[in-house]
Amino acid sequence: MVHTRKVRTGHLAAVGLAALLVLSGCAESQRSQNDPNASGGAAKTGGTMTFATEGAPKLFDPFFATDGATFRTSQQIFEGLVEFKPGTAEAGPGLAEKWTSTPDGKQWTFTLRKGAKFHDGTEFDAEAACQNFNRWYNQKGAGQSTAVTGYWQDNFGGFSDGAKPSLYKSCAVKDPQTVVVELTSYTSKFPDILGLPSFAMQSPAAMKQHDADNVVKQGDSFVYPAYGQQHPSGTGPFKFSKYDKANGTVELVRNDDYWGPKTFLDKLILRAIPDETARKQALQSGDVQGYDLPSPADWEQLKKDGHKLLIRPAFNVMYIGIGQKSNEKLRDLRVRQAIAHAIDREGLVKQQYPEGAKVAENLYPDTIFGWTGDVRKYDYNPDKAKSLLAEAGASGLAVTIYWPTEVSRPYMPSPRDIFGFVRGNLEAVGLKLNVVSKPWNGGYLEDVDQAKADVFLLGWNGDYNTPDNFIGNFFADPDNRFATGSATWGNQLSAEVKAADAEPDTAKRKAMYEALNKKLKAEYLPAVPVAHSPPALVTSAKVSGLVPSPLTDERFNAVSLG
Amino acid sequence: MTARTDKIDELAQRAAESDAGVSLAAAAWRRLRRNPVFLVGAGIVVLFVVLAILSPLLAAHDPADPMLGDQVVRARNEIPPPQPGHPLGGDQVGRDLLSRLLVGAQQTLLVGVLATLIGLAGGLVLGTLAGALSGWVDTVVMRAVDVMLSIPGLLLAVSIGALFAQPNQYTVILAVAIVQIPVFARLLRGSMLAQRHSDHVLAARALGVRQRAIVFRHMLPNSLGPVIVQATLVLAIAIIEAAGLSFLGLGNPDDRLPEWGQMLGQAQNVIDSHPQLAFWPAGCIIVVALGFTLVGESLREALDPKSRR
Amino acid sequence: MLRYTVRRLLQLVFVVLALSLLLFAWLRSLPGGPVSALLGERITPESRARLTAELGLDQPIFVQYFKFLGRAASGDFGVSTGVQPGDSAAAIFVQRFPATLELSVLAIVIAIAVGIPLGYLAARRRGGLLDNLSVVGSLIGVAVPVFFLAFVLKQVFAVELGWFPTTGRQEGGLDATRVTGFFVLDGLITREFDAAWDAVKHLILPAIALSSIPFSVIVRITRASVLDVLDEDFVRTAESKGLTTQVITRRHVLRNSMLPVVTTIGLQTGALLAGAVLTEKVFAFPGIGQALAIGFERRDYPVLLLLILSAAGVFVLVNLAVDLSYAVIDPRIRTGSGGGR
Repeated sequence: MVHTRKVRTGHLAAVGLAALLVLSGCAESQRSQNDPNASGGAAKTGGTMTFATEGAPKLFDPFFATDGATFRTSQQIFEGLVEFKPGTAEAGPGLAEKWTSTPDGKQWTFTLRKGAKFHDGTEFDAEAACQNFNRWYNQKGAGQSTAVTGYWQDNFGGFSDGAKPSLYKSCAVKDPQTVVVELTSYTSKFPDILGLPSFAMQSPAAMKQHDADNVVKQGDSFVYPAYGQQHPSGTGPFKFSKYDKANGTVELVRNDDYWGPKTFLDKLILRAIPDETARKQALQSGDVQGYDLPSPADWEQLKKDGHKLLIRPAFNVMYIGIGQKSNEKLRDLRVRQAIAHAIDREGLVKQQYPEGAKVAENLYPDTIFGWTGDVRKYDYNPDKAKSLLAEAGASGLAVTIYWPTEVSRPYMPSPRDIFGFVRGNLEAVGLKLNVVSKPWNGGYLEDVDQAKADVFLLGWNGDYNTPDNFIGNFFADPDNRFATGSATWGNQLSAEVKAADAEPDTAKRKAMYEALNKKLKAEYLPAVPVAHSPPALVTSAKVSGLVPSPLTDERFNAVSLG
Repeated sequence: MTARTDKIDELAQRAAESDAGVSLAAAAWRRLRRNPVFLVGAGIVVLFVVLAILSPLLAAHDPADPMLGDQVVRARNEIPPPQPGHPLGGDQVGRDLLSRLLVGAQQTLLVGVLATLIGLAGGLVLGTLAGALSGWVDTVVMRAVDVMLSIPGLLLAVSIGALFAQPNQYTVILAVAIVQIPVFARLLRGSMLAQRHSDHVLAARALGVRQRAIVFRHMLPNSLGPVIVQATLVLAIAIIEAAGLSFLGLGNPDDRLPEWGQMLGQAQNVIDSHPQLAFWPAGCIIVVALGFTLVGESLREALDPKSRR
Repeated sequence: MLRYTVRRLLQLVFVVLALSLLLFAWLRSLPGGPVSALLGERITPESRARLTAELGLDQPIFVQYFKFLGRAASGDFGVSTGVQPGDSAAAIFVQRFPATLELSVLAIVIAIAVGIPLGYLAARRRGGLLDNLSVVGSLIGVAVPVFFLAFVLKQVFAVELGWFPTTGRQEGGLDATRVTGFFVLDGLITREFDAAWDAVKHLILPAIALSSIPFSVIVRITRASVLDVLDEDFVRTAESKGLTTQVITRRHVLRNSMLPVVTTIGLQTGALLAGAVLTEKVFAFPGIGQALAIGFERRDYPVLLLLILSAAGVFVLVNLAVDLSYAVIDPRIRTGSGGGR
């Protein structure tokens, strides 16, 4: 009996081995045999860097994306006509070397860079640039859904079918190196918006070959074509190599035909690790050489451990919104001012915000045009708050306050703790709080956007360097989350925001925005600005050349492993 | 339906076997008194319950008051260290950790007990219905119960937890409780079925005692043994599963009245820099869960006539 | 036997259908969902209304359900909105299932390899130090929250000591070839042994954490059933016949006590799925469990629906397999009367 069992075991092992051999016969290793010269001496060229991100990209065609993970990847592959200067939110030359506009700001002439080539080998020229503009403008069907082309619709409006007005009018090829773009009206945000990741230049040939515009609505979502999934083709310093979904890694390789300085890295691997603690530990153990968005609480430790902490300039705002819709008392300015006086913003920023965070006085940071320090300030003064409430007949007012769970935003690192602080402040001046907490994606945004909250915690991460990106987004439409349309001054505010954006004269525009910022604090006060908070990223000590960007638009082309 | 249900049925079977009533309970008690496992478990449980009840008196500070908030500096990852009046220091927002642990005992006990009671009540209704009425009621109820038993417990609890639009303390309790309903239902039904043909029920029926009286006076009381065993074990499971829910972000977001699982879930991001914030609640959970498990297991053994070896 | 199997499979279909209707209706009634997920922070009341209409989410719930069933029949369970936005839920399942299977298999192997010998030895030396230690140890194993154990293991063995990687399934830079989706197997059959070994290293810590509960249960069951068998008449007979302990062990005790152990192992395999949700989250291990955890956090309803359904399906199938093997091992159990007792 013992005998038979032994034989059987041996037999089994033999069968298993045979099966393995058979399998290995038809499954050859597909490894690329490269980097024998990885360590090339003094030059820091070579090597693979793995960078951990919060999420995996949705797709690789940035025009159809709104998510940070997609942009993080696409910004290494693609370039726009306009590019933000590294480390700033300031627009500078990209694939266009320079541009001029007519005095009315409606006609723009771009001079394009020579020698740029798409990854599929085709030339980047004026023809290609205009084909990109026309691709954006001519979206049809599912491509017109807000979920698919959100950035276009936010910034340029409608499409060629004319159902909604569009900022874009036409693009003309003047010569192979010159394009003329015509707009239907002036806006302060052009041409800065061309620096947005969504409006990067993509290879018309590759898009045609892989059916780039064939977005299909399927069930209750959208399915993207092969181009966006596997064949992105741009002019950038890195080329797309592969997306290993099972492992959550995107692999990019050096573009040896790049028009500018070539990358030091052979390969850049972006790996999705959703959990913040897990990202930190992956860096500590050397699994990755850097990661995005370390928790502010870990900054000190990471620095102490010898890692490089790169702090981005704060390009965001956290505010306490005060809705005008359901709670009549909140339409009384004195009540809103009482809330502003009740919050100990200094204390909150000191306790709960990272190093470098600032108390906010405007609804956008001071690096943006039109910011002014000369606004009405609300110091922390509970007694004043109480007397203002009493004056307005609102002592002990009941207020519905919303805060989000299951989320951490750069402007709001730990909503639970920030809310705990705010709650203490508000209760101290006698407000009766009806607290509602909901998951960020599971009802919070939905309720707040429908102005269900009297008071709520929210903020905004800037996309580009104009005031309109902040306050235009908040108030241009009076039907917004603050329900300013329900207030007597709501329509006036909207009109003022739009007028400032449409003013071509720089000096006048600046004066208009400054006036607007003053009124937002002194007369309207639909939100109490609380903080501008710098998010960070971190790399191991041997990584150099990564420049933190206020727009979270870091490029890895100058990065090397020392 | 499955081997898992078989296990429950086996436990139920014992109710019928242990028909002898008082004498057996007395014998069981005699054995328990000398069982060190039971004594340790019971000691933990009693201490925990006393602490939980007295915690409002024992806690020196308001668990919701960020009294040490001045010492919190997120930018440098500083939280209040242990200091006079605050032997364990403060938490991420400067609340007294010891007071939170003490009050946490009460909340944790509340979660455990409520979850168990709701599970038991639900199981009682379903199980009694099925066991007493049999026929198509039995079939329908038991099919539903089997469907629920076909999903792993924690997964079901987590799924239910995710189905509430606005999580709070009671959704956590409910999520944990619902998972236990089918277990209790199956247990009660099993032990009632086993008794249906036992001598004393047959005798009562022959004497013309009404069905309802038989169920409530005879069958139900005799099923209590295994139910108590199960309830003790469920208390431990409920506390651990509530912690799991918090860890996955499905716990109670309002942390003014702390619960250990919630404290542990919230400490997950600072576990390496401030391990005490995780280790204290984790230790408490482990000890208390162990206490209930020890009591449950030794009760099970004591009530099991087979284990008198 | 066949009829029994068929009936159980029909039951499975019924369970999954009932569960799908319940989950679908409930998930659709929740706030958030596809519209919020697709539009994010940029949402306006106007764009919300438009997209809701575009996606047909304003139709009656049963219309939506039947459309969903129709699509599901062709393998389309919707598109992920949070876990891997843009990927189909079915693709996420297919791609992540091998990861969880690898992890579960290793966990159960660890639990068995350590648990059975320990339980057996504990029973043979009843009342001894080893026995008491293993009993207490197995009770503690159940009392420690799995995610806490995972955290401690990761902190000690990965972060502090650096013996194992902290997260993931495999080093990104290895450029491993993918064939089956099972990374260890892939590494073996393509002879990229470094890739296989790397995948194994990534599995070890999460597998240990995941095995804590099945390990505890297996120790206790093995101990109990070995004690039961030791007590049986035939063992006493064998002892009185003067057979050596070794022979008794091999011929009688082990074989006869394995039945309940096999059952337990089967049950625990199903329950591993639940533990995987916690463990995979801690180790950022891209399996089904992590997808569920992220799905809960980001309210990714299509993925949650499919994964919960398939988890239930898998669990039922495992139970069926256990019951069938039970019947094969022990002919005394007649499957015909299985359901109704």
